[in-house]
Amino acid sequence: MHLVYPAVLAVLLFCVGLYGVLARRNSVLVLMSVELMLNAVNLNLVAFDAWLRDTLHAGQALTLFTITIAAAEIGLGLAIVLMVFRTHGTADIDRLRTLSQDNDTGESVDEDSMAAATDNPGKTASADVPQGKATVG
Amino acid sequence: MTVTVAGTLGSQGHSFLTPGGVEIVFVLVGLAVLGAALLTVTTKQLVHAALWLVVALGGLAIEYLLLTAEFIAWVQVLIYLGSVVVLVLFGLMLTKAPIGASPDADSGNRWIALGVAVVAAATLVTLVVDAFRSTWIDLVPGSGSTKANGVMLFRYWVLPFEALSVLLLAALVGAVVISRRHREER
Repeated sequence: MHLVYPAVLAVLLFCVGLYGVLARRNSVLVLMSVELMLNAVNLNLVAFDAWLRDTLHAGQALTLFTITIAAAEIGLGLAIVLMVFRTHGTADIDRLRTLSQDNDTGESVDEDSMAAATDNPGKTASADVPQGKATVG
Repeated sequence: MTVTVAGTLGSQGHSFLTPGGVEIVFVLVGLAVLGAALLTVTTKQLVHAALWLVVALGGLAIEYLLLTAEFIAWVQVLIYLGSVVVLVLFGLMLTKAPIGASPDADSGNRWIALGVAVVAAATLVTLVVDAFRSTWIDLVPGSGSTKANGVMLFRYWVLPFEALSVLLLAALVGAVVISRRHREER
């Protein structure tokens, strides 16, 4: 098989995922586009493993590792998205502007609404984070 | 230049003009994967995006099979189609995604995103085609079987494998801790 076929397919898939990451608004859809990009990398790894015929099969081993890390990543990412949805009431990425620097446009509105919405959860979260870390460690 | 390339191609018995059955199937499935991926990132209905993602990832499993990586293909089916897509659907459900078409699924900078993606695709396709124009894969059946994968995974890659299991455990505990509903918040 010509190596160009899987390589070009992987490149196009990666660019489709890139467009999705940049253009989507819902954060769950952004995570799906990240999955597309990771799969493009996996296809590259498998194709080059079949081409080079490495004795250690490094390509296929790294593909397995990438799939596992992608599963861990989507689990943690969705947990974070759900927590953001609970505290802010939205999962849209371009509405989460708490850390933005343009002070003249939306700082006062954001500050007030975010402070009103997340005052108590912020305190509880900051109180609970060291406890969570202690649990993990 | 072209003479040498043609000579090497001819010596290996390959040609652009006579694609084998594997290559034809690969290109057809690849077109289906690309179409499903495009629908995933452009559809207005959020749940349909997850279902098109199923088509794209399943097609990629077929591509792995065509590249003789059987074990990777079944792992792809099990983990991606079995768990990741279900997780994504749960995420869409729990963030109260609308059922019908949502007109604001794409943000305002989608044209910039389109430009970036097209430029990146053009650059990378040019580079890849130029680099691997005369490279051929000699597919060996059985090189990606479960036995071969198990032997190399537990003979040469044991330490990264175990470290990866620790990483999965940490991710599991972290996801539980993050998504736990705090008592006083309720």
